[in-house]
Amino acid sequence: MSIFLDQKTPVMVQGFTGRIGTFHAQEMIDYGTNVVGGVTPGKGGERHLERPVFNTVKAAVSDTGAEASVVFVPPPFAADAIMEAADAGIRFCVCVTDGIPAQDMMRVKRYMRRYRKEDRMTLTGPNCAGTISPGKAMMGIMPGHIYMQGNVGLIGRSGTLGYEAASQLKTMNIGISTSVGIGGDPINGSAFRDHLERFEQDPETDLVVMIGEIGGPQEAEAAAFARDHMQKPVLAYIAGLTAPRGRTMGHAGAIVTSAGESAAEKVEILRAAGVGIIVRPSEFGNAVAEALAAL
Amino acid sequence: MDIHEYQAKAILADFGMPIARGGIAYSPEQAAYRAKELGGEKWVVKAQIHSGARGKAGGIKVCASENEVMEAANELLGRRLVTNQTGPQGKLVGRLYIEEATDIAREIYLAFVLDRSSERVVCVASSAGGMDIEEIAETSPDAIIRVPIEPAVGMQDFQAREIAFALEIGVAQLAEAVKALKACYRAFRDLDATMVEVNPMVITTDGRIIALDAKMGFDDNALFRRPQISELRDKSQEDPREMNAADRGLSYVGLDGNIGCIINGAGLAMATMDMIKHVGGEPANFLDIGGGASPERVAKAFNLVLSDEGVDAILVNIFAGINRCDWVAEGVIQAMQKLDVPVPVVVRLSGTNVELGRQILADSDIDLITADTLAEAAEKAVAAAQFHQSASADTE
Repeated sequence: MSIFLDQKTPVMVQGFTGRIGTFHAQEMIDYGTNVVGGVTPGKGGERHLERPVFNTVKAAVSDTGAEASVVFVPPPFAADAIMEAADAGIRFCVCVTDGIPAQDMMRVKRYMRRYRKEDRMTLTGPNCAGTISPGKAMMGIMPGHIYMQGNVGLIGRSGTLGYEAASQLKTMNIGISTSVGIGGDPINGSAFRDHLERFEQDPETDLVVMIGEIGGPQEAEAAAFARDHMQKPVLAYIAGLTAPRGRTMGHAGAIVTSAGESAAEKVEILRAAGVGIIVRPSEFGNAVAEALAAL
Repeated sequence: MDIHEYQAKAILADFGMPIARGGIAYSPEQAAYRAKELGGEKWVVKAQIHSGARGKAGGIKVCASENEVMEAANELLGRRLVTNQTGPQGKLVGRLYIEEATDIAREIYLAFVLDRSSERVVCVASSAGGMDIEEIAETSPDAIIRVPIEPAVGMQDFQAREIAFALEIGVAQLAEAVKALKACYRAFRDLDATMVEVNPMVITTDGRIIALDAKMGFDDNALFRRPQISELRDKSQEDPREMNAADRGLSYVGLDGNIGCIINGAGLAMATMDMIKHVGGEPANFLDIGGGASPERVAKAFNLVLSDEGVDAILVNIFAGINRCDWVAEGVIQAMQKLDVPVPVVVRLSGTNVELGRQILADSDIDLITADTLAEAAEKAVAAAQFHQSASADTE
C-alpha cells in the first residue's frame, strides 16, 4: 500500500449527496477508488451513486468498514464533520472544504489530541486538493489523469500548483508514488513534516518534492526534520517571492506576518538544512530528473 | 477584516476592558461639540483609519481648547493619511475619535494573536509599550512575554496574574490587570478575532489601567456567524479594486508592476508571478479566479486587471483540471471579443484537453500570443509588455 491508500482502501464521503460531493465522488469512483458509501445527516437509508447513505459516520464505519473519509461539507459545519470522523475511528481524512474559521480548526486540533497518537486520525487539509496514489486511488478534487505512477512523493499546499508540478514530471516521464495536499489554511490538519516522515518510510518513494509558500512555520519545521531524520533526498519550491508583506495572497494562510515567513527566508532555511531548492516554478521536471539521476 | 480604533474600544469595553471616555465625530463642529460634552481641559483628536503608526503620520493631535479641537478636525477630515502601513496612496480620514486626555505613568504592549506554530491563541506582552512589536522584537527580544492559551478552557486567572507580575504591574492594579487581560482574550475568542492589540495599555498617574489604543482584526471565514462584526466594515478603508474583486468572488491584490495576471489557484498565481520576476518583469497584480475558470469569471478578471492603468500586458495562465482547456479557451476568446483589450495578451493553458484548447486559440482571429510552458509564457509576457510600453511611448 502507498502511504495512505490504495485501490482496496474503503473510502467514505461526508457531504455525499451534495452537488460537489456527488460530482467528486463519481470522479473518485471512475478513477478506481473503493468508495463504499457516504454520510448526509437526515438521508440515512437512501442510496446514492449505487452506494448506501448513512446518518452518522459511526453507522457508515460499522456497516461498510470505511477507513478513510473525504469531507465536502460546507464551511460552517466542516469542523464538526472532521471531529465526527475522528471519533468514529476513521484513520485518514481529507478535508477539501475551503473557508473554515481558524478557531474551529484550533478546536479540531485540540479535540484530536484526546486520542493516543497511534489511534489518532491523520487529517489533511482543510482547503486542499486531496491525496492521490496514481494508478491506485484518489481522495479529493484533482484531475487523476495528469499524474503518472512512479517513485516521487509530492507534498504541497496549493492545488493547481501541485497539478503544474505533476504535469511537468509526467512530461519528463517521471511518476509519483503519492501526492498529498496539505492545504492553504493557517491551521491545517497535518504539516510537511508529518508527510516527510511517512515518505521516508515508504518503500515506493525514492525522493520527495515539497511545494511550499509564504506564511507560517511549517516549511522551516520540515527543513529541520529533513536535515535530522531523512536519508531520501528532498527538493523544495517556495511560492511567493513577489508577495508583499502583510497581504493575504489568496490562501488564508499565505501571508507574511513575522520573521522567517517570506519566500526568500524559507528558501534560505531549507537550503541551510540541505534541501535542494527548485528556484523557478518552471523547473520541477528538470530538477527532479537531475536528482533522480544522481540517486 | 479590520475595524477602527473606536469600534475596537467599544467591543473591548463591553467585555470589561477599561477605556477613556470619548466620542466619534464626522465634522469639525461635531468634534468641538464632543469635546464640550466630554468636559475637561485637554483632548486627543484621533484620525480613524485602518492602520497603526498614526501618531508619527500626524493623525493624532493633543488639543487644549475646543477651538484647537475644531482646527485639528478641520485639518484631518478628508485628508489621506500616509503611514508606514498604508502604502503611498494613504488612507482617507472620514471620521475622528475625540477622547479625553490621559495622564500616563506607564505604557505596556499587549496583544492576543493566533499563533500558527502552537495552533493556539497566544498572549504577547511587553513593558515596552508604544513601540510596535517588531521594534521590540529587534531591540529587546527577551522583554517579550508569550503565554499560549489552552483552547478547551480559555485563559485562566493564574496566567493573567503571571503576565501581570512579569510586566511588574503593582499589586494595587493586579485585579484590574487580570480583568483587562481576560476581557481581551474573551473578545478574541467570542468574536472570532485573528488579532487584538492594545498598544499601549497604560497605567495612569492616578493608578488606573486603560486601553489607550486598540486594534482588532477578524477572521473573514467566520463572518458568516458574526453579523454584528460585518456591520462595522468601513469600505472607504479598502482598496476599491480589491473590494470589487472580493464582491465578485475573485481574490485580487494590486502590486506595482506592469504585467497583469489572470490565474486559477493561489499557489499557481504566486508561482507565475515569481516566474515573471525571474525573467526580468514585475507583476501588476495577484489574481486568483478560483478553480472553475468559467468564461464569466475570465471576463470579470480581464475587466479587473484592465482597471489598473499601469498594465502593459496580460498573462493568462490556467490549469484546467476538472474542467477542460477547450472550454477555457472558448471563454478567453469570448471575453476578449466583448472587451476590446488594449494591451497584448499571452495565454498559456495546461491540463485536460490541452491540445484542443491550444488549437482553438490558434484558430481564432483574436490577436493573442500563446505559450506552452510556464517559462515561455512569462518570457513572452515580459517581451510583449516592453514592446507595448515603447510603442505607446512613441505615439505620445
